[in-house]
Amino acid sequence: MTERFAAPTTLSEALGILAADRAARPIAGGTDLVVAARQGRKPLPESIVAIHRIAELDHQGVVDGALVVGGLTSHAWLAGSPDVSAGWTALADAASIVGSPATRSTGTIGGNLMNASPAAETTAPLVVLGGVVTLRAAGAGSRMLPVASLATGPGQTATTPAELLTTVTVPPTAPGSGSAYIRLEYRRAMEIAIVGAAALVTLDGDGRIAAARVALTSVAPTIVRAPEAEAALVGTAANAATFRAAGQAAAAAARPIDDVRASADYRRAMLVVVVARALAAATARARGESIPIPASRWAHGQEV
Amino acid sequence: MPELLQLSVDGLPVSAVVEPGRTLLRVLRDDLGRTGTKEGCDDSECGACMVLIDGRPVNSCSYLALQAAGREITTVEGLAGPDGVLHPLQRAFLEGGGIQCGFCTPGMLISALALLATDPDPSVDAIRDGLAGNLCRCTGYQPIVQAVQRAAAEMRGEAGSAAS
Repeated sequence: MTERFAAPTTLSEALGILAADRAARPIAGGTDLVVAARQGRKPLPESIVAIHRIAELDHQGVVDGALVVGGLTSHAWLAGSPDVSAGWTALADAASIVGSPATRSTGTIGGNLMNASPAAETTAPLVVLGGVVTLRAAGAGSRMLPVASLATGPGQTATTPAELLTTVTVPPTAPGSGSAYIRLEYRRAMEIAIVGAAALVTLDGDGRIAAARVALTSVAPTIVRAPEAEAALVGTAANAATFRAAGQAAAAAARPIDDVRASADYRRAMLVVVVARALAAATARARGESIPIPASRWAHGQEV
Repeated sequence: MPELLQLSVDGLPVSAVVEPGRTLLRVLRDDLGRTGTKEGCDDSECGACMVLIDGRPVNSCSYLALQAAGREITTVEGLAGPDGVLHPLQRAFLEGGGIQCGFCTPGMLISALALLATDPDPSVDAIRDGLAGNLCRCTGYQPIVQAVQRAAAEMRGEAGSAAS
């Protein structure tokens, strides 16, 4: 049962409470923390620090070509931002399919990352786009950590309880790049990925793949890169056969489990399709073709 | 430790003494007697508990009441005018068969209100997306989508033009 509650309006006040009260846990929108408690999966923390009123954590902008957003940035903002759609399209694909309009207006990018779900929607896009988080703790200054290194297991992160995620920074992509995130889903809303994949593809002047990054959702204890798939892509012609081969190579990075949502075998089989579709959408965008956001909807019925 | 919570519900200032773990839905229904907002699944799947907080849709069953301190809450009870005249959305739902058992209706109306505030002329797809967090087991959704189209037309000043 929650004994203590604070809703500070400054970052230093919040960090002070997190440092002084070992039981204190931050809450932003509550779309993971409170829902888990309502479902009986995990009781609410003994002490809650509600950070939703801290203006310092609620900023959005493009600085020196990089996307820089505060931890309180909502999925709705990410989904609606023309900058995100144009420059970091995979992130817009992901943010626009989180939950429902209510989830997207309440849930935050900081919460999505720190909840460290293997099915977190924004993580795989941020991994391929090279996203970095800034963590702050009272008396310890700040440190930066790649999103790829943040989660260490389901619900586990490489942070200390006194640290707060303050900022997410995503560098610009190279010229000739496109990105996409594809989710296999049973329904369009209030859903999490059965299998998901994000792809970033950079084409050279001849239309061949100069560089590629692939990250996988819901097929391992954390969201993982698929280096075998990436290696299989570089230097190849960007076509359906290449994408399919990369999808098959991605299986080397997957350690799926059986659970209520799908069997490990089904996840393994669908991973090939989802990776191929993410690559197809990212490549089309790299060529300047218009693939609607979210790409998951476009992907239904595609040949790849 | 219980704390004093002050907020505005449907334009009226209200207060309650609230345990930190208590949800906004429980405070609305049990402490403030605003039972128009419904508890369905109690974990954010069904949308029956939908309210607006400063105009944004929120599942009140999964939102800590103390986080809403000082905010303006809009529930289904705030839709009709003070004279009891129904909101165009309420009238369209009633007249178009968008209501059967009625349990999802408060949440549907609130989600529709949030949608029309940002998109006064939504496509059918946009309406389905806007209502995607609300489940209805009676209507099959079609009359609800049509009711939102009809109310939107009326609210744009095109009364009677969209009844198809």
